Amino acid sequence: MAELAAVVGIGQTKYQTKHKDVSIAGLVRDAAFKALQDAELTWDDIDAVIVGKAPDMFEGMVMPELYLTDALGCNGKPMLRVHTAGSVGGSTAIVAASYVQSGMFKRILTVTYEKQSESNAMWALSNAQPFSPHLNAGAGGFFAPIIREYMRRTQASPEAGIKVAVKDRLHGARNPLAHLQLPNITMKEVEESPMLWEPLRFLESCPSSDGACALVISNEELAKQSPKKPAWIRGTAMRSEPTMYAGREEVSPRAGIDCAKDVYAQAGVTNPRKDFDCAEVYVPFSWYEPMWLENLGFAEKGEGWKMTLEGATSLDDNGDIPWNCSGGVLSSNPIGASGMIRFAEAARQVRGDAGDHQVDGAKLALGHAYGGGAQFFAMWVVGSEKA
Amino acid sequence: MSDANKEALEPITGIESPVYLDYNFTAGQATARFLTKVKEGKLVGQRCPSCRNVYIPPRGACAACGVATNEEVELPHKATVQSFTIVYIPIPGNPIKPPYVIANLVVDGANISFLHLLSECKNEDVRIGMRVEAKWKDPSEWGFAMENIQYFAPIDEPDVPAEEIGRLKDA
Amino acid sequence: MRDIAIVSFVQSDCVRDAGARNEVELIMPVVRKVLDNVGLESAQNVDFTCSGSCDYLQGAAFAFVLGVDALGAVPPIKESHVEMDAAWALYEAVLKIQSGQAESALLYGFGKSSPGELPIVLSQQLDPYYLAPLWLDTVSSAALQARAMLDSGEITEREMAEVVARSRKNAKSNPHAQLKGDVSADELLNEPTYLSPLRKHDCCPVSDGACAMVIATVEQAKKWGKPYAVLKGIDHRIESAHFGARDLTKSPSTEAAAKAAGVANGPIDIAEIYAPFSHQEIILKKALGLGDDTVINPSGGVLAGNLMMASGLSRIGEVAMRIINGECKRGVAHATSGHALQQNLVAVLEGA
Repeated sequence: MAELAAVVGIGQTKYQTKHKDVSIAGLVRDAAFKALQDAELTWDDIDAVIVGKAPDMFEGMVMPELYLTDALGCNGKPMLRVHTAGSVGGSTAIVAASYVQSGMFKRILTVTYEKQSESNAMWALSNAQPFSPHLNAGAGGFFAPIIREYMRRTQASPEAGIKVAVKDRLHGARNPLAHLQLPNITMKEVEESPMLWEPLRFLESCPSSDGACALVISNEELAKQSPKKPAWIRGTAMRSEPTMYAGREEVSPRAGIDCAKDVYAQAGVTNPRKDFDCAEVYVPFSWYEPMWLENLGFAEKGEGWKMTLEGATSLDDNGDIPWNCSGGVLSSNPIGASGMIRFAEAARQVRGDAGDHQVDGAKLALGHAYGGGAQFFAMWVVGSEKA
Repeated sequence: MSDANKEALEPITGIESPVYLDYNFTAGQATARFLTKVKEGKLVGQRCPSCRNVYIPPRGACAACGVATNEEVELPHKATVQSFTIVYIPIPGNPIKPPYVIANLVVDGANISFLHLLSECKNEDVRIGMRVEAKWKDPSEWGFAMENIQYFAPIDEPDVPAEEIGRLKDA
Repeated sequence: MRDIAIVSFVQSDCVRDAGARNEVELIMPVVRKVLDNVGLESAQNVDFTCSGSCDYLQGAAFAFVLGVDALGAVPPIKESHVEMDAAWALYEAVLKIQSGQAESALLYGFGKSSPGELPIVLSQQLDPYYLAPLWLDTVSSAALQARAMLDSGEITEREMAEVVARSRKNAKSNPHAQLKGDVSADELLNEPTYLSPLRKHDCCPVSDGACAMVIATVEQAKKWGKPYAVLKGIDHRIESAHFGARDLTKSPSTEAAAKAAGVANGPIDIAEIYAPFSHQEIILKKALGLGDDTVINPSGGVLAGNLMMASGLSRIGEVAMRIINGECKRGVAHATSGHALQQNLVAVLEGA
């Protein structure tokens, strides 16, 4: 049977367009060091280091974890590198948790990052391959037609996407680490922002950020001795399906539905909207909030956009199930780290340590990440109590 | 402090370090067969021996069943718009001037969509279910590439209900 | 650690250029065969799937995503990927089984190195500010290491040639090997140096191919009714990325991993060592604490064919199959990553 594992330290850098103040090694070390400080530990207390990031081409480095070992105090220890596309931040946290759950390690450090300013992420994502027409208009070009299909099926009000764009930026304004700081953003401003990939506007899309996020995860015995409140890992799940296959449901992928069912069962969640106090969900384009509300069972099919418009997911509207209190991916997006930030922010909430974006008395939270053509999913449930 | 020392303390915030790597790209056997046919002006998909769905362009496997696809199926040049986006953002290295429409198109007889350009109509008239047809470049310009089709253009046929696009018809 | 059964292993031929075949076309045959060996239909029949590969080998971001097309992953499966040799994918699966989250797993690794110039591509593994801009390739860093070995008197050029001669000879019985045959150390020493002190034959060839493995709990393996080898211990360690901070003539990370994996807990009949350069086999043999009664690289090792990102898992598979076939009782397998043996994994296998 699995050992209990808990998050005992969380470290994040400030998220911003360019971190010119630090090297790549400096960036990951900053997050790792803050996680150790949070847990009141030193490098010597760590048994293994698990690194995750999105494609190596984002920084032009091959298998960068090899170079990062010195910066992460890993010499002489085990080092593992995870890469599962955009879900990598979440899956890295899950792999890291399994080091402890296996009983083979007592306490590990896990770090994810992206320093997109050191290369050209748009180029790396749309890297033209010979023989295929150069139409890959970035991630937005891939997801916009899927969003259009969601809007057609549900007859959603166009305002729903705009509302998410405003809501997540207002949440982000409460979080000093968030990249975009737009405390005065309005629906009108979002609506008038340039169209990029119709129906997606500029302000309905995520920024491109530099940043890193780190967690210290320990077993039950060490977590109980930890100076700050641990976030107990109550369930973890991953699911993958192929990018394209005949009859694939792209608007609400089965991999997401199955992954949620799995992690809810582990954590004893039967009604996500009621059982969770908040959720950090990977929403890189505004419309993915209503789409994931339905995919994850927070809303009935076709009703996600109404829930968003009613303010149910907004801290500022006193919603009953706030989503992305940290500002989410729409406010900060260091791709490789974005999933882990969701997991870390869920943990901050149940530790009661989320500052101005804290949900009062949060006891149970969901962390969610997805990647590829919305085909790779990673989720965890963290709680203030062990069970 | 002397001026020379001040200069020495200017922070270095970055260095240019371009990475040049050359690759001989390989498309894969299935794609190579497909592109050979495209050079002849034909669209040839592959049928999964297990679930009978037709893939175009074929990638060598039915991703759902995880089995190799070998049976080739020549398909017509008409298609249905499954969904689309209007691109306003310029993409580095892309010669096409925005705004333009890229659509997920399902060729008749195929069960999966691919992306291609849509033209010869107003962007605001494009809709899900719309019928279109391939407009090929002059055969003298054909190579091993989907760009042999310059774009797809609307044709005067009734729209296909969204639920039916790309679905396998009961045999 | 709970015993884990290695039930099935399949490797493709090592070929210099797999031609038009793409990732899926490389992976599908080995995945099909490894599942058939156990009587499983698809990845649906195992609890977890994990793979190892590197985007930069073929120069396309998300190369591993296509691999999922080979698995029959509808309905969706529990799946993960390491940007490392697939030996570390095995490690991730071991953790899943140890924690009780899985009873069985499918693993695979693939490398299509032929599209690029592999040693140059791997130069970009180094410190991006100081070393990568110098384009120090993997053959050059290995040459630095060999020079340090020779100058310290740890090895001779003849010993390096003997490693190569034995590899080529052993590879004669390995149908997947790329380089094989009878060649004497004297003949090899007559060859010119390539990157001093290395001769061409001191360096592993560049190969395209894939391998796959099925593992399970011992209970599950018994249910399947298939013979298996037991993974008794596995551990991996990394060293500094700075050449100047390391003693390149030794491999302390391998020593530490060997100790943690329990290599010394019994006699070792065979060892499959991932040594891409001849002198590294000598470093690793010492670090693993192996004596002359251990048969080293009966397959010929990676000097006979090197499936980048799959060779490490292949070493483990080679030892497992020899145990299953009754050729030996206890063996050690080793995998490496990075320049000049920076990161190392050690696995100890025994008969059921």
